[in-house]
Amino acid sequence: MKHVDEFRDPALGQVLAGEILGLVEPGRHYKLMEVCGGHTHSIYKYGIDDLLPANVELVHGPGCPVCVIPMGRVDDGIALAHEPDVIFTCFGDMLRVPGSDGTLLDAKAEGADIRMVYSPLDALRIAKANPDRPVVFFAIGFETTAPSTALTLKRAKAEGVKNFFCMCNHVTIVPPLRALLDSPDLRLDGFIGPGHVSTVVGVRPFEFIPTEYGKPISVAGFEPLDVLHAIHMILTQLKEGRCEVENQYARVVPYDGNPRALEVMSEVFELRPHFEWRGMGFISQSGLKLSEAYADMDAEIQYSVPGIRVADPKACQCGEVLKGVIKPWECKVFGSGCTPERPIGTCMVSSEGACAAYYNYGRFAREREVV
Amino acid sequence: MCLAIPGRILEVVDEGNRLAKVDVAGVQRNVNIGLLDDDGVGVGPGDWVLIHVGFAMSKVDEAEALETRRMLESMGEDYENELEELKASIIE
Ligand code: SF4
Repeated sequence: MKHVDEFRDPALGQVLAGEILGLVEPGRHYKLMEVCGGHTHSIYKYGIDDLLPANVELVHGPGCPVCVIPMGRVDDGIALAHEPDVIFTCFGDMLRVPGSDGTLLDAKAEGADIRMVYSPLDALRIAKANPDRPVVFFAIGFETTAPSTALTLKRAKAEGVKNFFCMCNHVTIVPPLRALLDSPDLRLDGFIGPGHVSTVVGVRPFEFIPTEYGKPISVAGFEPLDVLHAIHMILTQLKEGRCEVENQYARVVPYDGNPRALEVMSEVFELRPHFEWRGMGFISQSGLKLSEAYADMDAEIQYSVPGIRVADPKACQCGEVLKGVIKPWECKVFGSGCTPERPIGTCMVSSEGACAAYYNYGRFAREREVV
Repeated sequence: MCLAIPGRILEVVDEGNRLAKVDVAGVQRNVNIGLLDDDGVGVGPGDWVLIHVGFAMSKVDEAEALETRRMLESMGEDYENELEELKASIIE
């Protein structure tokens, strides 16, 4: 599938779907996890699950950066935003994520100076335009966004900007996958690997999935046909009794990732011993913080944040959703107490979140129809 | 923030900071292209790139870029929001 033209070809989708039917063994149930929220979105937008045989189940993984931020971190962000003179900057997606007592948007309504930015470089520009006020950037994201934060901090340091601080919530993709594979809750047959993260980390870091856990993985692009193709590749491996890392998205993802991006990340960040994930608890070596050389720009060192671990709200089952243990509509508050307009959990806030994808595409409470 | 949006590099506007002006569906803004410096080729005017939070993250060919854009356009609101956020961005 090298020619992009073919991606516009619905007939090819039919061919792939037809071949997939021939790849699955009747009576065997296949559980494939799409790691990335972008894939979840594509799957429901284009009804990819409807093209699959009934015994192929797609479960949604932890790869939505907004969804995995725990309440305590939101509270810490809000506390920082209320510090005197602080200008607090973050991506728009973060504004509506509930903390234990409201959202950043609520804090803004209460008078905190909170500004949405498109890029960490916008936050740096705000810092340079307001030299007498501390500007905090609330950084979130997997390896897709972490290099951008790193390069921004590097530039701020080189330019001697003294009022720019970062509250780092960057996370890495491999540890939660390992945690899922180690968990007895869930038996997976294969993975649709995250496309954008892999442009940075490459495909090599996923090799442990076949070598240590014996599961196939195919790193996939975001076109509906990419996702379908990746499913085809995984099922082919299972049928042939192989398990390998395959790269469906090789036209964008190099095997070794982006060396420059990895280099800036390792210069600016270091691994935290552990980091809390929404609903998944603490996962060791899964989060990044600013390295020693950047400590004077680390908002968590320069300010004292509460740093309290807050349990997820009782009604919220985001943890189970993020681990693929339940489907969004199985959460008791889905679509009633929790909607994109008034989210209780993070998976409903970001459009990459599984709950929002189900809600927006009308998947309220039904199992897939049998094809 | 999770969308990678395709844009075409028009010109490098700041050599030192590796900033380039790109055109994203008619919106012209500056983004950083420094993360692509080390891939052996680098990027320059005329190249298509996928942009994340103001940084070019991958170089793609034109057909790939246009196909990605077609898909994003079909997503409606999410893509429009991303473009609105890009419009509000002033990277210098
Ligand atoms: S419906 Fe809401 S509370 Fe329930 S899992 Fe989804 S986001 Fe979380």
